[in-house]
Amino acid sequence: MERRVVITGMGVVAPSACSLAGFEAGLREGRSGIRYQPELEALQFSCRIAGKPELNEALTGRYFDPLELRGLSSTGIQYGVIAGMQAWEDAGLPLNSGTPDWDSGTIFGNGNSSVEKFREAIYKIDEGQVRRLGSTSVPQTMVSGISAYLGGKLCLGNQVSTNASACTTGTESLLLCYERIKNGKAERMLSGSTSDSGPYIWAGFDALKVCTYKHNDNPEQGSRPMSASAAGFVPGSGAGALVLESLESAKKRGANIYAEVCGGHINSGGQSGEGSMTAPNPDAVQRCISRALADAGIAASAVDAINGHLTATTRDALEIHNWCIALGRKGKDFPPIGALKSHIGHCLSASGSIECVAAVLQLQKGFLFPNLNCEDLHPGITEWIDASCVPQQMEERPLKVVAKASFGFGDVNACVLLRQFNN
Amino acid sequence: MEQQEYIDKLKPILAPYAKDQEALQRLTRDTSFIRDLKINSANLVDVVLDVEEAFDVEIDNESMEKMLTVGAAIDIVQAKQDAR
Repeated sequence: MERRVVITGMGVVAPSACSLAGFEAGLREGRSGIRYQPELEALQFSCRIAGKPELNEALTGRYFDPLELRGLSSTGIQYGVIAGMQAWEDAGLPLNSGTPDWDSGTIFGNGNSSVEKFREAIYKIDEGQVRRLGSTSVPQTMVSGISAYLGGKLCLGNQVSTNASACTTGTESLLLCYERIKNGKAERMLSGSTSDSGPYIWAGFDALKVCTYKHNDNPEQGSRPMSASAAGFVPGSGAGALVLESLESAKKRGANIYAEVCGGHINSGGQSGEGSMTAPNPDAVQRCISRALADAGIAASAVDAINGHLTATTRDALEIHNWCIALGRKGKDFPPIGALKSHIGHCLSASGSIECVAAVLQLQKGFLFPNLNCEDLHPGITEWIDASCVPQQMEERPLKVVAKASFGFGDVNACVLLRQFNN
Repeated sequence: MEQQEYIDKLKPILAPYAKDQEALQRLTRDTSFIRDLKINSANLVDVVLDVEEAFDVEIDNESMEKMLTVGAAIDIVQAKQDAR
């Protein structure tokens, strides 16, 4: 018999809040985490607004000792460690037992590896000061730095690894962890993903002209998924984390269960057809969603809500179209859809995990968060679905099944089906 | 500088790295960085960088390899200072 996998803990470091309770409150009230960033103006960015978590010393001091904080310039490692440890605590699991827990591991994703730390190192190297790098360069700049930090702090004895698939990373992490538990290779896996903050991460997107330059004077209106006036995404950063656990282990521990992971699918469009490095192949997106439903054994008609990818570029209408085709539902029959990026921007490699945390909260607590800044829905969207499917007010509504998808550069896709836990 | 002055100056440098704070309080020439203070071996390079800065000397690779105790560190720093 196949093993069931449930979610028993969550943590989040987002532009809107750095705790699970604060994040849920922000979701419900439609709190924007987008702020004007003087640093980006000084550097002549076109887009000068972004979403950045507000860390403070009390929070970092709780999860890092003073020695670890020396030379810790990687924001991504800070966000990921805090979110990951929050999730572990939330699940009621020990932070450091002193002996490896052979049945617990992590696949914690990242997009870049500590670009700030690299920058420091490169300046020193170019000045002939290699010896002055000290001991902190490698652990922060290796791609698997985030999973290595977490593995030590949680004393994990199972697989400790980092995945990377651009903006699909977080949702992919969830499915990789799910499969490992389902296949009996682990009892508990910490899923999550993180993304650094700052100009060195965001610059490439600014140069690609995929970020908005039209809302530098009104940051909170800048992130406009599904809007006719959407002009590109607003860069964000942070981390999300979810503890996945076999139902057996969760029951044995008497753990609080947020939701069940029913299945999903990961694929790629091969950058063929309409797909490219930066654009999705619609056939692959539709196939990913259909396969996810089949894998989870859930009928398209049973999907109560969608937590979309929806970045606020010209591709949002195509995403809606793809959901309609894959689900065979349109007009008023389409499930309500939410774009968390309207609150906190596009947190890149962290987006999938932060949005999965939101999707699980929606499912467990039964609510639809308000979509911001889409009073003027794009006509390419209303052509396919009724405007009422894009809630703009907070709405309490019991949900049994939520579909979450993420898509990324490289023409990669991941879709997961989450269900309210029912014994 | 007297030996005790060196020890007093080394103590705060070693403090953030020492996992055994009691051994740090009892610091003598014989104290071993790894065995007694339980400093992570990867952090020895950081200790060396901090010592260089505090005493305004540069410690070469060969000396660095020998710098495993408080006494060895003092001798190396003294030799570098005398050579100036």
